[in-house]
Amino acid sequence: MFAFIVSRILQALPVMLAVALISFAMFAYVGDPVAIMLGQDFTEAQRQALIRDLGLDQPFFVQFGKFVLNAAQGEFGLSYRLSRPVLDLIIERAPATLELALTAAALALLIGVPMGVYTGLYRNSWLSRVFLTFSLVGVSLPTFLIGILLILTFSVWLGWLPSFGRGETVKIGGWSTGYLTWGGIKALILPSITLGLFQLTLIMRLVRAEMLEVLRTDYIKFARARGLTNRAVHFGHALKNTLVPVITITGLQLGAIIAFAIVTETVFQWPGMGLLFIQSVGAADIPVMAAYLMLIAALFVTINLIVDLLYYAVDPRLRIGGGKGGH
Amino acid sequence: MLMRRVGLAAAAALLSLGLGVAEARTVRWAAAGDPNTMDPHSQNVGTVTMVLQQVYDALIARNPDLSLRPGLATAWTQVAPDRWRFTLRPGVRFHEGEAFTADDVVFSITRALQPTSNYGIFVDTVDRAEKVDELTVDIVTRTPDPILPNKFASVFMMSKSWAERHNATRPQNTRAREEMHTVRNANGTGAFRLALREPDVRTVLRRNEAWYGWQEASPLPAGNVTEIVFRPIASDPTRVAALLSNEIDFVLDPPLQDLNRLRAAGNIRVLEGPEVRTLFLAFDTHRDELLYSDLRGRNPFRDVRVRQALYHAIDIQAIHRTTMRGQSIVTGTLFPEQVNGFVREEDVRLPYDPARARALLAEAGLPNGFGVTLDCSNNRYVNDEQICQAIAAMWTRIGVRTQLKAQPLGPFFAQIQRDDTSVYMLGWGVPTLDALYSFQSLLATRNGAQGDGIWNYGRYSNPAMDALIQRMKVETGAQRAETIREALRLYREDVPHIPLHHQMIPWAMRSNVTIPHAANNQPYFRWMVVN
Repeated sequence: MFAFIVSRILQALPVMLAVALISFAMFAYVGDPVAIMLGQDFTEAQRQALIRDLGLDQPFFVQFGKFVLNAAQGEFGLSYRLSRPVLDLIIERAPATLELALTAAALALLIGVPMGVYTGLYRNSWLSRVFLTFSLVGVSLPTFLIGILLILTFSVWLGWLPSFGRGETVKIGGWSTGYLTWGGIKALILPSITLGLFQLTLIMRLVRAEMLEVLRTDYIKFARARGLTNRAVHFGHALKNTLVPVITITGLQLGAIIAFAIVTETVFQWPGMGLLFIQSVGAADIPVMAAYLMLIAALFVTINLIVDLLYYAVDPRLRIGGGKGGH
Repeated sequence: MLMRRVGLAAAAALLSLGLGVAEARTVRWAAAGDPNTMDPHSQNVGTVTMVLQQVYDALIARNPDLSLRPGLATAWTQVAPDRWRFTLRPGVRFHEGEAFTADDVVFSITRALQPTSNYGIFVDTVDRAEKVDELTVDIVTRTPDPILPNKFASVFMMSKSWAERHNATRPQNTRAREEMHTVRNANGTGAFRLALREPDVRTVLRRNEAWYGWQEASPLPAGNVTEIVFRPIASDPTRVAALLSNEIDFVLDPPLQDLNRLRAAGNIRVLEGPEVRTLFLAFDTHRDELLYSDLRGRNPFRDVRVRQALYHAIDIQAIHRTTMRGQSIVTGTLFPEQVNGFVREEDVRLPYDPARARALLAEAGLPNGFGVTLDCSNNRYVNDEQICQAIAAMWTRIGVRTQLKAQPLGPFFAQIQRDDTSVYMLGWGVPTLDALYSFQSLLATRNGAQGDGIWNYGRYSNPAMDALIQRMKVETGAQRAETIREALRLYREDVPHIPLHHQMIPWAMRSNVTIPHAANNQPYFRWMVVN
């Protein structure tokens, strides 16, 4: 087990380096931070001085090497746009994104799994058809459009929910949370639905397909023959056996939710890391972009690791195959 | 009982003086961009100054029509050709309590002169600031500078002792590893003080009741706002939705496509006015062969007839009507009327005349036209990409086959700043509100001197124009006005640019809010009234 974790972490290193290299190579195309920082009035001497200050006159691999060395020590420099340490910025924005992502993922699971089970069990009921039609909408509409439609309905027409921002937040240590105030919870509703809708429909369709598959298997027939209750058959035997793919997808989707919260955060002016990233792209703020991309890469690597570990917990066959012996 | 009566009488007296206990009036304000810093000399961009100028005062202030009015200085005169004398307002205090004196002025001017300052343009002629006494300061210039007061209306005054205490005597250096105190804190003398600053989330300003300006005579009655809550909302539809759903009272930059919708909503007012920003097309008139053209061996833009032909080909009224939905002021000159030096007789366009355009091209030896790439931004000016699309089509119609290359502002500016373009569209604002700024930056031959030709990416160079620009820098009075007029005439005749229009900037607000529209796109909350 320990050896497994260590080997996975070692495998992660080249992945992180590759991400750093690719993102660094792409920064050449996002625009010239010097031009943006200098604004409208400058002399050539000022321009050259700034280029030197930022180290942009150095060859590509020297810049890259410096970045990797500093990043390894957790030093990402100052944001060009905000003149503040990049790490501070990301730490400040992380709670907003994480709370949004967690709420969205929870919504997706708590609503998606029961809906999937229901549509799997009662394939032909009218409610199942409604769910399936609804899931098509969720899969096919782009996130920004869903967000705008929700704002139009619930903020502009009905006036129930705020159209932007996090509402009131409470600071606990370094973590600002929106869970503890009514305003904060209201502000979470629309963005988390927008962010979670795709995942919700995905999970629902996945659970449904797996349920249909499992319900046809012999051991379910056998379980019924043993006279077990429907409840025990559906949830104790069928649902449990659908969970391995659901965990994989949910895990990977959690990474995707955090990484692609960018669109939702932009639509709702949600002050998280995605919004920070988008604004940094607009200003060619290379230190922030680089740090964010590294962070997302690290996040995916970590989630993959956790998903692998969860398999162990859910699927006894893996434990046997892992040489740890049976029970 | 007696005490109570005295109290009541005192309260009544206060009320009659208009100093009664003010009711809390909060205005919630949104714009697409958040100020990147609170440092008064670090970034000279509208999103920064729109907040800072509520907090910091300059020696000279502006009226809503942008004319000058006393600020921290009550009087200013040019005592010698190279020396301006400012008489300071007595009894002014910074928000954190420091008294405002000549030392603070000398310090602030010196700070704006630092290499890391982004406000160099406003002190470009300044050699040094000298303290005469506690309330008098002399500004010594390297050359006579007739428009110094215009520029000093943009140089914010900060407290010397506060800056020294917080180790912020210079604007932020990009090489630094630490955040400076001034990035998120401010201590000015202005009408509002900074109460809370959360970058990209909210900025809260509270009324400074002790501010001298509340009691001063001014073109408009003093405003009644006690608290300003600024929230950036980058997404256009969300910003409009927030206004419609009553979460925001005032939007500085409502998107054009939503204006009709906002006008139709009963409780929203759209305030329209001109901006001091002029859009034009500029040509590469320097190279012997264009970088982005199929024409080999010659640069057609060096021929004034070709530039005139392209000018005649543009149906500016169609762009005004369709692309801009009426939200533009068509122009034939370099800057709008708010700028010192504007001459109405020189604001004349070459008429839209495709036949004449074709004839001019034939005359120039190009009867079959040529191909060229037009460089444009697509997120910097109002409808910039659509304007360029329209122009590309109009040019193609007279035989100049135009390919459009529209990019976001980052790569766009990076490209044109390398002179890597054949023809490009630019929108030019004039923060000093004086003609020299435009002529110098856009039309002077680039010679390494501060400001000369730094935005002249077609490298237009005309000795007659250069001579006029050098004269503009030193002349005063009627003589200078005549020089500017001559330069504007030369601009029309030589067609270094094709001017298009001055941008309009609509502001949107709930109908219980009034604020004077200002052409520099800066809201003056000192005059905002909320009912």
